Amino acid sequence: MKPARIVITGIGLTAPNGNTLADFRHSLLNGVSGVSRIEVRHMGQQLAGVCTYDPLKYQKRKELRVGTRAGSISIYCAREALADSGVAFDALPKDRVGIYLGCTEHGNVETENEIHNISKFAYDTKFWSHYHNPRTVANNPAGETSLNLGVTGPAYTLGAACAAGNLGLIHATQMLRLRECDFAICGGVSESSHTFGIFAGFKSQNALATHEDAAKASRPFDKARNGIVISEGGCLYTLERLEDAQARGAKIYAEIAGYHVNSDASDYVLPNPTRQAECVRAALGRSGLAARDIHIVNTHATATPLGDIQECEAIRAVFGVDCPETHINNTKSFIGHAMGAAGALELAGNLPSFNDGIVHPSINVDDLDPQCALPGLVLNTPRAAARIDTILNNSFGMLGINSTLIVRRFVA
Amino acid sequence: MTKDECRQVVLDIIADIAPDEDLSNVKPEVRLRDQLQLDSMDFLDIVMELRKRHGIEVPEADYMQLASLDSCAEYLTPKFNALAGKS
Repeated sequence: MKPARIVITGIGLTAPNGNTLADFRHSLLNGVSGVSRIEVRHMGQQLAGVCTYDPLKYQKRKELRVGTRAGSISIYCAREALADSGVAFDALPKDRVGIYLGCTEHGNVETENEIHNISKFAYDTKFWSHYHNPRTVANNPAGETSLNLGVTGPAYTLGAACAAGNLGLIHATQMLRLRECDFAICGGVSESSHTFGIFAGFKSQNALATHEDAAKASRPFDKARNGIVISEGGCLYTLERLEDAQARGAKIYAEIAGYHVNSDASDYVLPNPTRQAECVRAALGRSGLAARDIHIVNTHATATPLGDIQECEAIRAVFGVDCPETHINNTKSFIGHAMGAAGALELAGNLPSFNDGIVHPSINVDDLDPQCALPGLVLNTPRAAARIDTILNNSFGMLGINSTLIVRRFVA
Repeated sequence: MTKDECRQVVLDIIADIAPDEDLSNVKPEVRLRDQLQLDSMDFLDIVMELRKRHGIEVPEADYMQLASLDSCAEYLTPKFNALAGKS
């Protein structure tokens, strides 16, 4: 029996350069960066991608005080996605709604805040917040969303480092096919820019971007790239089985065509191009598409000197020859690395290509690294494409988790 | 500290922990939970803020003393004054 066809019917997002899909896409087609400088505890001014959505749009001030930034981002994105989907949410059986959110990490922000708090009281733990545990449990963003929406179906997070955004969509696809839920809210979120630890960690790895011009700091594939810009953000989708979406006359952004997840099993932080290429090929195999059938490859590249080269090696192995209609781009060059939200945001930024026929570029490439000179790379200015029917989205993460998600233009 | 001042101290804390609430007409003799959206975690917030801001400890066995503004004032005013006497 063929697995159920799964379609994307709604998108809600907040990115450092846009709080709706329309604004985000506009920024990606007009070279608008979302990177600025923020004050990071213990570290002074740092480059980061900061979101400017209105948290009070869907939450009360008390909920914001008690909850987490990741929870707030999730609620905003979920509510926006539901509104965009046009579904009569009140009429949906809430026990048949699933919430599946990818996270790179969760709890560091809240733990750092509490340690900072008790440092003002000579580290006396009687001043440690009673909200610490509900704020730091790994399911917090999904749990806060379930509370806000009154969803009584499964609601949990998927920890998958920076592959997590894709994992949210992949897992939701699987759960819909298994009929564990009838309506899924899924994707990825990140509050990572609020923890100094991630900045300090990347700095200690010599992997934190620096640049005089914040907008130029995130520059995958450029010879002078020097690391990651850390960002917050979120992007959640509504996914449905095709027959359910059609029955309610939903607009359909795209159909899930294929996916794969695998592991490097080779290093804590260094990527493995052989396993990445295997992941991409397996996703292609599941989708029934050949490499030449893919029209946009959205890269994971984070602008680390080695990581970009290794991903390019993997992409070259799959798309290096006989793919004249394959365009390759990168979204982090605009928004930095939104960690657990990255995969979901980066897919969303490319979905409008099905309608406008344009591939957004990878910006900030003044001097292309020859080792990243892939055929089909779209640099600095958008490119009109003859045909865009498929998008392949790569997201890779620490401890060697790789994910590839392929979507296709929906054709009934 | 007078009991009125003590009531205001508690109201100031509630204003921070329940920022969506209208506190202009809180009846001092009525249980706070009967007139405001406060749950058990919020009461733990009141206990925590009394500790942080004023050095006042409220043992768990005495939590019921925080039920209304009046009962707060009865219970907390002597504690505030005892602290003031020490300093």
